[in-house]
Amino acid sequence: MSARLAGAGIRSLTFIIQTLGGSKMKKRTFYKLIVGTVAAGLTCGGALALTVKTAVAQTKVGFVYVGPIGDHGWTYRHDQGRLAVDKAFGDKVKTTYVESVKEGPDAERVIRQLASTGHDLIFTTSFGFMNPTLKVARRFPKVHFEHATGYKRDKNVSTYSARFYEGRYIAGVIAGKISKSNRIGYVASFPIPEVVRGINAFILGARSVNPKMSISVVWVNTWYDPGKEGDAAKALIDQGADIITQHTDSPAPLQVAENRGVKGFGQASDMIKFAPKAQLTAIINNWNPYYVARTKAVIEGKWASSDVWDGLKPGMVEMAPYTNMPADVAKLAKEIEEAIRSGKLHPFAGPIKNQSGETVVAAGQIADDGMLLGMDFYVQGVEGSLPK
Amino acid sequence: MIRLEPRGEVSRIWPLLTPLIAILLTLASGVAIFSAMGKDPGLALYTYFVQPVSTIYGVTELLVKAAPLVLIGMGLAIGFRANVWNIGAEGQFTIGAIFGGGFAIAFHDSDSILLLPGILFLGVLGGMVWGAIPAYLRTRFNANEILTSLMLTYVSILLLNYLVHGPWRDPGGFNFPESRIFSASAMMPTLIADSRLHLGFVFALLAILVGWLLLNRSVIGFQLRVVGQAPAAARHAGFSQNKLIWYSFLLSGGLAGLAGVAEVAGTIGQLLPTISPGYGFTAIIVAFLGRLNPFGVLLGGLVMALSYLGGEIAQIEIGLPAAVTGLFQGILLFFLLGCDALTHNRIKFSIAGRFVRI
Amino acid sequence: MDFVPFVLTVITASTPLLLAATGELVTERSGVLNLGVEGMMLVGAIAAFAAASATGSAILGVLAGAIAGIATATIFGFLTLTMLANQVATGLALTIFGIGFSALIGASFVGFALDPLPKLNIAGLSGVPVLGAIFFGQDALVYLSFGMLSAVAWVLTRTRLGLILKAVGESHDSAHALGHPVILIRYGAVLFGGAMSGLAGAYLSLAYTPLWAENMSAGRGWIALALVVFATWRPGRLLFGAYMFGAITILQLHAQGWGVVIPSQFMSMLPYLATVLVLVLISSDRIRIRLNAPQCIGKVFHPAQ
Repeated sequence: MSARLAGAGIRSLTFIIQTLGGSKMKKRTFYKLIVGTVAAGLTCGGALALTVKTAVAQTKVGFVYVGPIGDHGWTYRHDQGRLAVDKAFGDKVKTTYVESVKEGPDAERVIRQLASTGHDLIFTTSFGFMNPTLKVARRFPKVHFEHATGYKRDKNVSTYSARFYEGRYIAGVIAGKISKSNRIGYVASFPIPEVVRGINAFILGARSVNPKMSISVVWVNTWYDPGKEGDAAKALIDQGADIITQHTDSPAPLQVAENRGVKGFGQASDMIKFAPKAQLTAIINNWNPYYVARTKAVIEGKWASSDVWDGLKPGMVEMAPYTNMPADVAKLAKEIEEAIRSGKLHPFAGPIKNQSGETVVAAGQIADDGMLLGMDFYVQGVEGSLPK
Repeated sequence: MIRLEPRGEVSRIWPLLTPLIAILLTLASGVAIFSAMGKDPGLALYTYFVQPVSTIYGVTELLVKAAPLVLIGMGLAIGFRANVWNIGAEGQFTIGAIFGGGFAIAFHDSDSILLLPGILFLGVLGGMVWGAIPAYLRTRFNANEILTSLMLTYVSILLLNYLVHGPWRDPGGFNFPESRIFSASAMMPTLIADSRLHLGFVFALLAILVGWLLLNRSVIGFQLRVVGQAPAAARHAGFSQNKLIWYSFLLSGGLAGLAGVAEVAGTIGQLLPTISPGYGFTAIIVAFLGRLNPFGVLLGGLVMALSYLGGEIAQIEIGLPAAVTGLFQGILLFFLLGCDALTHNRIKFSIAGRFVRI
Repeated sequence: MDFVPFVLTVITASTPLLLAATGELVTERSGVLNLGVEGMMLVGAIAAFAAASATGSAILGVLAGAIAGIATATIFGFLTLTMLANQVATGLALTIFGIGFSALIGASFVGFALDPLPKLNIAGLSGVPVLGAIFFGQDALVYLSFGMLSAVAWVLTRTRLGLILKAVGESHDSAHALGHPVILIRYGAVLFGGAMSGLAGAYLSLAYTPLWAENMSAGRGWIALALVVFATWRPGRLLFGAYMFGAITILQLHAQGWGVVIPSQFMSMLPYLATVLVLVLISSDRIRIRLNAPQCIGKVFHPAQ
């Protein structure tokens, strides 16, 4: 009897998994429809050139992710970029990925595994993969490497990152216009320059329209713990913040904003589904064009090591529709977005003072990339002191 | 009804047969899962179990991955034998890396030959210090070590986090959360050219050997076994339980600390916010897969390491998501653990009132 | 700091811990140590989320969470109670399995939103100032967490079933000699633990943060396990432990908002350190602790012996 039960168990397990596979398939076809239209537009220029070189062997592109592709945050967006590559090149390119690779001893092995199995281009998408990427790159000079958010390069290692702070400045402007309590709650992950830069850009934007604005920061010491991120948002709202923003991965803080009747911003993806009444806009990480372009460069033999730090203009950072705000604020936000895109406005244009009132960027100057890259101070308007 | 009853005499065939059954069941479930995912099951199983070790380099990587698991697992096995529940090896691993790594950072410009021994020594010491806290709280205040050792793990990881984000961060690193890169003299030599195989695995083998001698040839080993198997007899014989608690924690903490420092001075070469993919917890499984036996721990560590490597390669080669490889790893462990009992027990089926024994 | 919203936040943070720990307490009282709480929670969370989004019914979601928890616990029960496998290792393997299995099922639910579990309005009193929202305006799972804890406390101390359960956990051989069905009782305790972990998972994906994302329990299963030890296997202390842990977690977030200058990493350590400290304080009474810890915990029972 038990044996029969076990048999039935295995059969039903198989059934469940098959059904899942089926539903996944459907989702993928559905997805192809969406991405197909976008990617077709993106690559129609390159497609012509490509059709001529059909005899070229398949190019293999590998991706190393720090989290699961199902995190709906950082890794999810990178995987969307991978799918865009799939879509753009079809059979000419084969993409593979390894997810949830922990920073530390495992990273080097995974990167090397990809390099030694015929991958021509490898994207390593977390800061902690920097040194392993360089180490493997020295051993595989013919393989092209792309490391996200790092600062070390080599002949066959490029770095790339996005100027998310441009989006945060716009979000700050909106917050400055909307807030009644003049207080922003910021759910932050770790005190790294990337996050500090975002906090500063946000308050600079907010104070550009309302000098009374202030930011209160809570560090949750994790990129990803929906419950804790949500709890931090609740604490900030309880302390008088009426705008919530976050530099962590899950939609939880925005959901809290929705439930508590305050406003917030989406992170990494458009999160309007999670907060139809609360999301003002979202800063979207869009790696798709970059991944497609770099793959194309490898196929055409034109890849060269580079340091790319793109923002709104090339579309690496995108803004979700401006919603849940008066028309004049939306109009202003669009104008600011356009001004940043055209280069008329720089979020870190002087004069900028740090917390103790010293001028760090003089009037008429713009913070250089070196200062932005290693930013380790708060500007005026941020409460508390930066953990060091 | 299925029921297990002890075999009268120790079986000669079953200890050999049970791993075989476990492997067959695993292969069968692998075939079911992988075909359900639309993959060629033969290729998938090959990718999972054979391909990782099909090259010399692959074998060295297996040993690199297994070394910390074996080191920690050996220490834990000794404690578990005496019913001392150190669940916080991950924390002792982390503090070992902090102690040793801190030394390497402090003397980053030194090329002294004493640097590496100093780093390793401090790593062991760090693990012992962190292991001593639950031991002290248990022996002095009767505080349960399961809770204290687990909670201290979270504390240690946050401490590492603080250090690499703050005082120990690389002055030339644009304020990114990472320490300086250790100098060459702070790093353990690699044993085989063009590989990452370092002294860590040698330490693991030594630990196994010493562990075996300790358990089978020493008085304290005898006491540990008696306390675990017959606590009442141990009390009667006047064995000091406090002594054994201290002993277990210092030993398992020290080995976990060594594993931690061997990772940073062996493969990583600097301190990062994340230095362990959960070795301290996985090593608990390793200890029990090996039935708390030193050579079993070695085997358990290798099996566990292979399942991680296989999972990665299966993602690369046949596009299986990490979720499936995790699921498969779980099932593999279920079969290994479930079949293990057959060594000492036999199954009694009762069908329509009649018993069938295997 | 406003008192009422603070308490409300603490309640949401503590409820999943209390639910899962209540189940594990019963499991451990029967002499079985199931370290797979984290895995069972995740499977419960995805099952609840999937069922609730497919049917639109929160009740069915909660039910699915509990059933999924039971199903996962069945694997553990079969391996450890029937196949006599090692409990510690099997529990850890169950966590690995649960993370993988929930991620596989959840792949098609990433990015979907749900309405949060409705707050109740008991006897129309949730609008009463100060106490109304706290005592009469919670969602059903919060009340259930208190109800189940009280029920467990009552069963353990006041019923024959509770006596038998404790007897099985204290000495399975004596219990067996007295004619109690040791394996059956333990199966019941393990499955109850699974159901409660599944409910804790359902609370995460339906009420706490109504969404699904991989590994969303983020270690709460481990905290629940530690809390059972903290409570020295007693329901009253479990309640205290879960709410103390929740309260300190929330308090340190508030403290950061006030501008406390201690590095945030040290603030994040507070709940763990406080738990250790309080455990040390309450553990000094050696005899009472020994009386409470189930003597047979983690040990294999051979029915034929």
